[in-house]
Amino acid sequence: MLTSGPVLTAFLIGAIAATTSGVIGVFSVLRTQSFAGHSLADIATTGGAGAFLVGVNQFWGFLVAGLAAATAMEAIGVQRRRDRDIATGVVLGGALGIAALFLYLGTQHTSRTGASFSILFGSIFVVAPDTVPAIIAAGVVAVATVAVLSRRLLLTAVAPELARARGVSVRLTGIIFLAALAVVVSLSAVAIGAVLSTALLVGPAATALRVTRSPGKAVLVSAVTGLAATWTGIALAYESYYWPPAGHGWPVSFFVVALVLVAYLLSYARKPRRMPPRSPHEEAAECSPA
Amino acid sequence: MFPLLQLDGVGVRLGGRQVLSDVSFTVGKGEFAAIIGPNGAGKTTLIRVILGLRPTSAGRVIKGVNGAGAGRVGYVPQKIVIDSDIPLRAWDVVALGLDGHKLGFPFPSRRRREQVEQALQDVGALGYADARVGELSGGEQQRVLIAHALVSRPQLLLLDEPLANLDLRSEQEIVTLLGKLAREHEIAVLLSAHDMNPLLPVMDRIIYVANGKVATGSTDEVVTSEGLTRLYGHPVDVLRVRGRVVVVAGD
Ligand SMILES: Nc1ncnc2c1ncn2[C@@H]1O[C@H](COP(=O)(O)OP(=O)(O)OP(=O)(O)O)[C@@H](O)[C@H]1O
Ligand SMILES: [Mg+2]
Repeated sequence: MLTSGPVLTAFLIGAIAATTSGVIGVFSVLRTQSFAGHSLADIATTGGAGAFLVGVNQFWGFLVAGLAAATAMEAIGVQRRRDRDIATGVVLGGALGIAALFLYLGTQHTSRTGASFSILFGSIFVVAPDTVPAIIAAGVVAVATVAVLSRRLLLTAVAPELARARGVSVRLTGIIFLAALAVVVSLSAVAIGAVLSTALLVGPAATALRVTRSPGKAVLVSAVTGLAATWTGIALAYESYYWPPAGHGWPVSFFVVALVLVAYLLSYARKPRRMPPRSPHEEAAECSPA
Repeated sequence: MFPLLQLDGVGVRLGGRQVLSDVSFTVGKGEFAAIIGPNGAGKTTLIRVILGLRPTSAGRVIKGVNGAGAGRVGYVPQKIVIDSDIPLRAWDVVALGLDGHKLGFPFPSRRRREQVEQALQDVGALGYADARVGELSGGEQQRVLIAHALVSRPQLLLLDEPLANLDLRSEQEIVTLLGKLAREHEIAVLLSAHDMNPLLPVMDRIIYVANGKVATGSTDEVVTSEGLTRLYGHPVDVLRVRGRVVVVAGD
């Protein structure tokens, strides 16, 4: 298995998609922007389909559409949580309509019916080697951006007002984060497809947030969980060529998403951590009449 | 006394309406001042103006000794709702008060750890330093947020309604704590509240906000039937019963 070039590339791309999604996923769950992440992924479909139509690599389509959508969502207004969901929904609806059109046109004008499938569910075994450096660079930039902004992102998540009082531009921080999120979503769209990339973004992060207490550990556990699911998924997909129905192979995205789900369910099996014992004084205060 | 904060004829317009006008007062080192007023009087607005988060339409706000600059200002906003599943321990929230606005990773040092622990100890929250902040009770969170504001050793501490949602006992404890911080650390403490009674034992100065104006001085000077009647612009009676002050609308 490890002697095949495409498979090695798949492991590399999978590692980048999984670790970057794991890291940024923690911050998007923390900032309650999972829906934004999911929408960016769906919108990336539009870009992927458009790229296919004009004959360029899907990754560029994912990236351009994701960044454009992030800008549009921010421009419409994302100051309050509700506005954020509305802005996201509006952009999402429009983009999915265009995606449907592009996919339709794409399959009408070419004989490659597999294109819709690879846009929606990933194409990790057939990544063009010349996009690999771009994918690596995009992943590094996105994670570095989030690392540099990490403390501001945490402070804003506790309360935007606290960040503002410290002179942090909450809006600018939000825009940069959304752009980094768009980049990461494009990466995992290549790996497991636009539709399922949310699973890699949210699943490992949600798992990590259940079993850890501090943000640093959550990021680490999330990245490792995503990586384990993705690598195992790729290996299983490769092996599945020998499974019935023989000679077809099961999609990578199916295995990855299933494994992420298993990890999340396992986090429930863990006994919930108990709060540290409170001092008797506080117990008394709670019982005293207010 | 060195004024750490001075407001000179400050006016604020919001949405085309004059919310505050001609607000002047000073708060000195080690002084405990309280902004008192009914809902919607402009307490939060006043605090946000001092922080520079709201523009003034008139007057000026001078911070620091002899206007030497803001110094460090600690701030506890009104009504923060912390998600119960946010993966931050009380410790992390306090550490963010030290350097949460900075870029990059914090450099874990012994000094940083000691500063955070000291702040947690100052507010009596060391016992739940490792608990998830969203799982703490309202009073416990309030202490953690005060520690967040205190950890950078501010000269001026601004707290917006820190006593809301606290039971009687926590209320007294927080008031005692803030009074002690003002005296022992020589911090200027300025907080807002809608009820002055819990603050009477520690308050050096009252800034009474009503009707878009303020009256300031000691409680005995400001909180009188004549004074508040002038401020509200309609008859008000001030009653003092069993060491409590009650303000009632007269007729
Ligand atoms: N952004 C805004 N635009 C227009 N008016 C505003 C704005 N923010 C506050 N106001 C108005 O300014 C007045 C003062 O509000 P503020 O929040 O300062 O009151 P408060 O004294 O803090 O009240 P509370 O005790 O309820 O916290 C209110 O009448 C409010 O409606
Ligand atoms: Mg207020």
